[in-house]
Amino acid sequence: MSFTGHLFLGLLEGGVSGLVIALTAMGLSLVFGVMRIVNVAHGEFFMLGAVFAWYFSSLTGSFYPALVAAPISVALVALLADRFILRPIRYAPEPTIVATIGLLYILQQLVLTFYGPYARPVAAPIYFRVDFPWFGYSGYKLVVAALAALLLAALWLVVTRTRLGLYMRATQQDREIAQAFGVPTERVYAAAFALGAVLAAIAGVLIVPVQQAHYLMGLDALLLSFMAVIIGGVGSLTGTLVAALFIGLIDGVMSVFFTPTLAKIVASLLVAFVLVLKPMGLFGEDRL
Amino acid sequence: MTVRVQSGEGAALAHANRLVWGVHLAVAALLLLLQFVLPPFHHGMLARIMVLASYAIGYNLLLGYTGLMSLGHAMFFAAGMYGTGLTVYYLGFGALPAIVTGLLASIAVALVIGWITLRTTGVSFLIVTMMFAQAFFLATLYFNRITGGDQGLVLAGRLPPLHLGPLTLNLAQPGVKYNVALVVFTACVLLGLWLVRSPAGRVLVAIRENEERARLIGYNTFHYKWLTLTISGAVSGLAGSTYTLLFSYLGSSFASILYSIYPLLWTLVGGVGTIIGPLVGATMMTYVVDITSGYTTAYLIVVGAALVILIMRFPQGIMGAVRARWPQWVP
Amino acid sequence: MSARRITRREAMKAAGALVGAGVLTGISGTLPTLAPTAAAQASTPSGKTLRIGFQVHRTGIGAVYGAWYEKTANAAVQYINETGGIAGRPVELVAEDDGTDPKRGVEVVEKLAQQAKVDFIFGTLFSNVVIAAAPRAGELKIPYLVVSEGYHVPSGKMNRYVFQPGITDVHAQVTALVPWIVKNLGKKITMVFPDYAFGYDHRDFGGTTIANVGGKVAALVPIPPTETSFTKYFPQIPRDTDVVYHVMVGPGVLTFVLQMGEYFGARKPKLFGFIDSLEGVDMASPGLDFLEGSHIWEALPRYADGYPTRYETFYRARVGVNASGASQQDPKNVSTYSHMFGVWETLFVIKDVVEQSGYEKPGPEDYRAFIETLERFEWFNEGNRHPQGAKKFVGRLHQAFGQQFISQVQSRRLKVVDRTRIEDGMYKPEGDYTKQPL
Repeated sequence: MSFTGHLFLGLLEGGVSGLVIALTAMGLSLVFGVMRIVNVAHGEFFMLGAVFAWYFSSLTGSFYPALVAAPISVALVALLADRFILRPIRYAPEPTIVATIGLLYILQQLVLTFYGPYARPVAAPIYFRVDFPWFGYSGYKLVVAALAALLLAALWLVVTRTRLGLYMRATQQDREIAQAFGVPTERVYAAAFALGAVLAAIAGVLIVPVQQAHYLMGLDALLLSFMAVIIGGVGSLTGTLVAALFIGLIDGVMSVFFTPTLAKIVASLLVAFVLVLKPMGLFGEDRL
Repeated sequence: MTVRVQSGEGAALAHANRLVWGVHLAVAALLLLLQFVLPPFHHGMLARIMVLASYAIGYNLLLGYTGLMSLGHAMFFAAGMYGTGLTVYYLGFGALPAIVTGLLASIAVALVIGWITLRTTGVSFLIVTMMFAQAFFLATLYFNRITGGDQGLVLAGRLPPLHLGPLTLNLAQPGVKYNVALVVFTACVLLGLWLVRSPAGRVLVAIRENEERARLIGYNTFHYKWLTLTISGAVSGLAGSTYTLLFSYLGSSFASILYSIYPLLWTLVGGVGTIIGPLVGATMMTYVVDITSGYTTAYLIVVGAALVILIMRFPQGIMGAVRARWPQWVP
Repeated sequence: MSARRITRREAMKAAGALVGAGVLTGISGTLPTLAPTAAAQASTPSGKTLRIGFQVHRTGIGAVYGAWYEKTANAAVQYINETGGIAGRPVELVAEDDGTDPKRGVEVVEKLAQQAKVDFIFGTLFSNVVIAAAPRAGELKIPYLVVSEGYHVPSGKMNRYVFQPGITDVHAQVTALVPWIVKNLGKKITMVFPDYAFGYDHRDFGGTTIANVGGKVAALVPIPPTETSFTKYFPQIPRDTDVVYHVMVGPGVLTFVLQMGEYFGARKPKLFGFIDSLEGVDMASPGLDFLEGSHIWEALPRYADGYPTRYETFYRARVGVNASGASQQDPKNVSTYSHMFGVWETLFVIKDVVEQSGYEKPGPEDYRAFIETLERFEWFNEGNRHPQGAKKFVGRLHQAFGQQFISQVQSRRLKVVDRTRIEDGMYKPEGDYTKQPL
């Protein structure tokens, strides 16, 4: 395969995975930006999305009901977690880390007990193979990338054009002042947490025909989206998107030119150095 | 999570100082005595917990006294582990020189990583350390022909007995294991205590509380943080080195992200900025897993719930809560 | 095989039956209410319970295997207890989860040996856990019988207390299979394997064997852990490759096959895979159609028509596996059929060795007898106790060697097309545990 072919494959793979990372990361970015907490269980919402997708699609025999039902179920889980875990500890940064690690264990064990240790596949709702001059590629993955891009655009509209978005931005800037101006910050927190979980869950649903539902799939999603949020700059959704694409592309391009493990090493170091050079992230404000 | 610097004067300060040292030595003495009463299984568990607690003490030096939260300490732990394990495995080093090479390896890694990563703070520091640790972890896989990758290497049978003057110590003996772990743990506690109470430690507290002001006063805050990270890495490395010697195994899984999360969890559970907190946290987490897994196959639910409830009751960790209730000399 | 000794235990069986009457009432409550088979009528176990520690991957990455290992172990112990126990004693499994984690694995060995005070420990699968825990088993001087497939045991790098008597190791598997691949599929071979776990065994022994039998390794593609997308690595497979030799582990395997299909399309090279990739995975899963016509190694055929001996049929029914290799209760749960027989067989090895060595209780003398007796075994005969087939056992290596199956994917099923003999897998031995002190 020619150099162009290699490069094209790397960019394609990187772009697709970057968009999926962006979707998960955007949820974390919201939570992190608005609530200022590190939700270690965020990856588990991604995992739950995938697992519920398997459940609903094997229940109904179709993928499409899962696309709606799974994120709603995950949103309910997130609301419960917010009400009974995060609110009682008042979203204090360090206790939140411990509590969400606890939540991670609970969710993983529940899935292991009721769903089992298997990696279960879901058939893609649409399947076709795209033949490039050098190699073939999954059509469904291209559809996923397009859907992810659409959802990101929708999210942007929600944040910039709706009352909820306004409330969230106000709370993010200064919680106390927002409260003084009548923003129901507690409900904004709950909404941000649930919306964040829904985004992760949708990413999980979309990815499950490509990457099977498995109870340990959350950790990787967490780490990747966490990286994207920080590298993009805390509080900047644009930054998260750019960083997610950057992470995906670095990984994709390195992977076609180096042996796999070496590629991962090089990609990790490159990402680290970007943050060393821009400690506030690519689009970071300088107050964190 | 603040370290309370005694504000009394003269005799009162000296008294408080003696109390602090006394309390920590009493913990060490208690651990020394416990070995005579514990049944074999718990004897072995406690030996391992002391090694892991040493690791968490190393971690806590950085978190508690500079406020920097790292997610990459597994690379220091693993540097100690490989620095010791590989020299035993390939060069036939004895335990003492191997500990030295382990320490040197972790110090070298900490110096380089610290110099690079300390340009960042807060969550950026968290991610940068995580990425370097990830690269380190992958490197232990990539060089698997030397390191054994994730299958790892076994040191049993390769490690010559330890000669200390007239004593010949076989590290496979439970008593030797326990006391080596105790010596390492006590050394880490004392080092931590000394560091915190030294002039350098007070500067660290000042930097943590207000870095700008410390800089204006004229301290080179970077150098102080660099020093702390290096000591933190060295203590973590010493723990890794001890682990590989006592349990005859080195492998990639100890460099994975989970082993960066563990010391954070133990420290937060036990109490940030306390010297004994990491021991309490490591003991609690190890035993919660051990005991609950005996009762139910779904034990992770219990572990998770325990974490949630614990942190609701004691947001400052167990020792943090104890210290809030009792006088300040509680470790 | 060593001559059968008459044990004190047997001589005291009658007395034991009386003493154990109290235990018996407790045990009989757990016996199933099946009509007793001919064998079950032999005798009801009595006396002091023999407790076997079972280190199992209930959580962590090995959990699929762990679930089936546990199911198999329970079935084997139930059968053993129905047919007179071990040396007339009832058997109890003491299972403990190790989270597929090397650190916890060591703790579990300590817990089973020192706290539960079991007679033996067995059943560990993942090689990193085995390798981390084996030194501790050696220090605690308790027999540790693993069902791991890794080359670690026969390499001589473990210790006198570590055995693998129930499953063939990877070195022997590839020694037997690679000549078949080169002869039947092609000479230029690209190996795709995990850059962890037993991936190295495949790389090292597969690689050298390929060269030895006149083949050529075209490329090595080691895949790092937690990788979820593989398309980007496929350009590293040279276009003139005749055969892609693939072995994967973990939840990403379906993706791997699916993406390989999309990448190559119709211009695909021949494929030879190891069933490790597909253990616990339904052959009818979406995306696996790409494997149609390709060849796969199996240790024990998943589909009942692959090796329909009456022993295999018996074993399959006892464990509760249907004719397609899935759970009888829930056909969605596909078994790890090519590995879990090792659990069954290892328990019967323990039974044989306990009965022939006169082993009674934990302690240096009885363990010496156990270990030396096991090291003298040369064969385990095919039967209900060894349904995968006869095993040659090499005492100095602590390792068993058995036959292997080569299956082809036909109409989304695995169809056995060839079988290798035990001697095809024998390699030059490296270690000798019998020289180590006890």
